[in-house]
Amino acid sequence: MTTFEAILLTIVTASTPLLIAALGELVTERSGVLNLGVEGMMVMGAACSFAAAVTFDSTLLGVAAGMLAGALMAALFALLVLGFAANQTGSGLALTILGLGLSGLIGAPFVGARRDPIAPVDIPVLSDIPIVGRLFFEQDLFVYASIVLTVLVGLYLMRTRSGLTLRSIGENHTSANALGLPVWRVRFWAILFGGACAGLAGAYLALVYTRFWSPGMTAGRGWIALALVVFAAWRPGWVLVGAYIFGAATVLQLHAQAAQFGVPSQVLSAVPYLATIVALLLLSIRHGRAIGAPGSLGVPFVPDR
Amino acid sequence: MKADVPPSGTPLVELKGISKRYGDLLANNGIDLSIEPGEIQALLGENGAGKSTLVKILYGVIEPSAGVIRWQGRPVTIGSPVEARALGLGMVFQHFSLFDELSVAENIAVALSSEWSLSKVREKLGEISRTYGLALDADRAVWTLSAGERQRIEIVRCLLQNPRLLILDEPTSVLTPQEAEHLFTTLDRLSAEGCSILYISHKLEEVRRLCRRATILRAGRVVATIDPRASSAREIAALMVGSAVGEIRTDAPHHPQGEMLRVSNLSMPPAGLHGQALRDISLVARAGEIVGIAGVAGNGQSELFAALSGERLPDRAESVVINGKPSGTLGIDPRRRLGAAFVPEERLGHAAAPSHSLSENTLISHAATEVSRSGFILMNAARRVARSIVQSFDVRTPEGDPQARKLSGGNLQKFVIGREIIRRPKLLIVDQPTWGVDAGAARLIRQALVDLAREGSAVVVVSQDLDELFEVADRMAVIHQGTLSPLKPIGEWTKEAVGLEMLGVAQAQGGVHAV
Amino acid sequence: MRFELTPRTNSSTVMRIFASIAAFITAFLIAGFVIWLMGRSPLAAFDVYVLQPLSDPWSLQELIVKATPMALIAIGLSYCFRANLWNIGAEGQYVIGAVLGGWLALRTHGTDAGLWVLPLMLLLGILGGALWGLIPAFLKTRFGVNEILTSLMLVYVAQLTLDYLVRGPWRDPQGFNFPQSVTFDPAATLPPILEAGRVHYGAVFAAIAVVVTAVILGRTLFGYRLKLTGDAPRAARFAGFSSKATTLAVFAISGGLAGLAGISEVSGQIGQLQPSISPGYGFTAITVAFLGRLNPIGILVASLVVALTFIGGESAQIMLKLPLDLTQAFQGILLLCVLAADAMVSYRIRFVTRGGGK
Repeated sequence: MTTFEAILLTIVTASTPLLIAALGELVTERSGVLNLGVEGMMVMGAACSFAAAVTFDSTLLGVAAGMLAGALMAALFALLVLGFAANQTGSGLALTILGLGLSGLIGAPFVGARRDPIAPVDIPVLSDIPIVGRLFFEQDLFVYASIVLTVLVGLYLMRTRSGLTLRSIGENHTSANALGLPVWRVRFWAILFGGACAGLAGAYLALVYTRFWSPGMTAGRGWIALALVVFAAWRPGWVLVGAYIFGAATVLQLHAQAAQFGVPSQVLSAVPYLATIVALLLLSIRHGRAIGAPGSLGVPFVPDR
Repeated sequence: MKADVPPSGTPLVELKGISKRYGDLLANNGIDLSIEPGEIQALLGENGAGKSTLVKILYGVIEPSAGVIRWQGRPVTIGSPVEARALGLGMVFQHFSLFDELSVAENIAVALSSEWSLSKVREKLGEISRTYGLALDADRAVWTLSAGERQRIEIVRCLLQNPRLLILDEPTSVLTPQEAEHLFTTLDRLSAEGCSILYISHKLEEVRRLCRRATILRAGRVVATIDPRASSAREIAALMVGSAVGEIRTDAPHHPQGEMLRVSNLSMPPAGLHGQALRDISLVARAGEIVGIAGVAGNGQSELFAALSGERLPDRAESVVINGKPSGTLGIDPRRRLGAAFVPEERLGHAAAPSHSLSENTLISHAATEVSRSGFILMNAARRVARSIVQSFDVRTPEGDPQARKLSGGNLQKFVIGREIIRRPKLLIVDQPTWGVDAGAARLIRQALVDLAREGSAVVVVSQDLDELFEVADRMAVIHQGTLSPLKPIGEWTKEAVGLEMLGVAQAQGGVHAV
Repeated sequence: MRFELTPRTNSSTVMRIFASIAAFITAFLIAGFVIWLMGRSPLAAFDVYVLQPLSDPWSLQELIVKATPMALIAIGLSYCFRANLWNIGAEGQYVIGAVLGGWLALRTHGTDAGLWVLPLMLLLGILGGALWGLIPAFLKTRFGVNEILTSLMLVYVAQLTLDYLVRGPWRDPQGFNFPQSVTFDPAATLPPILEAGRVHYGAVFAAIAVVVTAVILGRTLFGYRLKLTGDAPRAARFAGFSSKATTLAVFAISGGLAGLAGISEVSGQIGQLQPSISPGYGFTAITVAFLGRLNPIGILVASLVVALTFIGGESAQIMLKLPLDLTQAFQGILLLCVLAADAMVSYRIRFVTRGGGK
């Protein structure tokens, strides 16, 4: 494997958690709910998945635990913003703070433990194509799953009745309620889906990307996933593109640090964060206000009487 | 004309003793109502009489506190709109339940049961459109459509389910006279096919045109069930309002003097994604007169209001001249200091902050004047101002200094209009002054506008209510797709001419307008 | 089954205060349960977290020291949050305030610069925080970029900036390669209020901020402007309050106060620049602001309460072997409880089953 190939492979690995988390948040936001707690759900997913994987020595159980943890955090959020019509921004921030603290408690006994890498799944024939073959057809299962998920989310939103209902509720919950669409139920499941995806993304970070647990290891990826949804104008295909651009930026700055160009490492470390700001800025300059944002996004739903 | 279905046999739907209580308020109080198959029945009443509550109960949006609903003789519980639709009820809301960013076909499919795929909707849409003359393009996004077209979507949604009962809530409030007539033809035809219609309105003419039976609500109770064609408008109005409504005095002499407002060649790009651009608007309002601006909702009224108030600024200072001073580039506060005052369409959230007390709400338009000094709020002065508005404009409020949202629509409207008029502005610009306001408050507000003009101020009234404009305006123009028709004395307008202008037809035929 | 929400029309101040206390008790019960799950005694934890710090003079001073930066930052945030603007990057503004103010301390190090150094440092701290806060505000007003994401991203950038400086150009050459600057001269040190005491003049700044803010929010048009912008943005525009000016103003104020907190902490408490100068004060201040119901007096009380959890957390780590993360988890729970309590004050919430409606 050449260095170039290795870099490309790590880009895929770095992009996958961003993609999964952003897809989940996209579905949540399309239903009209802004969950700023992605970072908290993601880091809980990472801690719980790693704890479960080490305890039971099973990657599968680890992944399940990560998704469950993300979904449980999301359920808490749902209780607040749906049940109590609490402020969504505040609740999302609280979820992040809680997740960062709680994950530290859960992960504490597992600091220092390591997991073995999981085996890539080799798709015969296709993986023999030079460069592209190894890049796209000799990846771990999660990478394939994330691509499939992108397609499924796209098909679900645009081609199914249930997706149409979800989009309608996100667009205008007052109209949706007047038509008798189940606003609360749909949003509840959308929030839960977002949480499970964030948990899965965290599990991927802990079990595949780093293969160890450290507190706060998500390092702002949850927030970048949130920015990706805006950047993608709430379209799954563009989330894929955006996730890979950001994954590339992250990996390339790491390699640039290793290569010692004479640029301080901190400058390079800041690249993903600055890139996020620049991406949001360029998008806003091109389109004016956030284009494609669901009409009811972030507005608490209180039906009239 | 509609088929005569004699009221015999089992009624299609029968309401018995329906009540709905909100805290201390009985919105519906023991209402009985029955509708025969194929009948067009009117539900008449003032704003706040309980009409909307009653139909929402019937359509399963809200639960009654007491009472029974019988459907074809059988008692039923209608738990949600989905269950209502399954029974055979269809409803066209006053505020459309549409989704702006979705296509027409998607908007229809989402309201129907799951066997309606998008392709099936598209197919049937063509069929229905041809049968009833309801032309709609399946793939257009809703925000690109006119109010009339949007209403068609609502109607088609209902018709696709072959309803037994169609409920329409104030359906003509957003339509031109011509569009309304088209709707009536469709309704007659449905009735002839055996579909019952419950037609909610406060417009007598329409009800007499369509219905043989009208149930009149007042303060949550049924006060009468009558044949509207056999009763005089005066009798019906008295039943609706409870006491005879007085006429507005407009007979005072009227000598327009200096120009308080001159708008010349005002053009603005649309605000936001779905706004309406303003094109080359010119008008003059003189001291002592009321200028009316008619038009169907969404034709640029709110954009015009924003440009006149300074909430959105045009490029040229000369495009808006207030009291002789070019003000196009001035914000709302400097314009207020020039003697102008403004009342926007939305009471809650625009004219007033719902969760703030009335005295705090006086700060909204008095920020530049007597309730503050060098940046500090004079709370006692604010309370005093609020009290004097409440007294002078007969605002009925709960005790003390209540939150704005605790006032009824009519009382809050009296408050926000009073807040401006009490300053004796030289120019008052008001958007939809009596929208959703009960008859008593509407009369008081119109009288206050007329009095203000007669005392020497210029008043510009933007309204969708043609009757209102014919009552108070001295001169009138019609706004259509962001352009304004010529301003003519009220006596030179007929309803037909206004209708043509609303449709933009007159402009196509009439050629160039003079200012 | 479903929820039914009815807006309350009679939510009083008493109810709001009561709701805060109820939220706090609920959070304590949940935290006690978590501690019990971890196999420790919740009562012992309560003793270590709350009772011991309150009965020990040294801890009481420490309480004020810890509460100072949080109160300053949260007071600033209350301007933003009242106007419904979301500055969640106070941590970054705190850091940049410390960096810019610290620059002067390092620049004048070893010179006999006089009394002007300290005031100028504080001003630079305010300036640094305000400028850093104005970046997301400007991006929002000029280009419509979401301020939540940009203000947060700038936290990472600020922390990396500080990290670069103390490991690179600003490192103490005699510091055995430790990533830290020289210790500030006495002229660049914020003195303690009482001789030999721990509480420095930052606490006075916080107290002034509380009083001034109480007047501004309660008595001035500017205060009403923020309330109106937050509660009814269209009405605010109708009142002639430009939303852009409001946005820039509140971000400058909150950034400035965060910057002041940063430079006060560095010059009054830490005494030098180092990679980490905050245990997350900027984020915790969000909890403090909400817990204090965006009211200056409430924030003052809340900052002391939250400072208690920091101090308690430190001693619990030593005495009960409870990890420090518990403190952060508790703060998350507390914020969730406060938001839920807030909602319960605004709405009457009922669980209803179909058919049982009255």
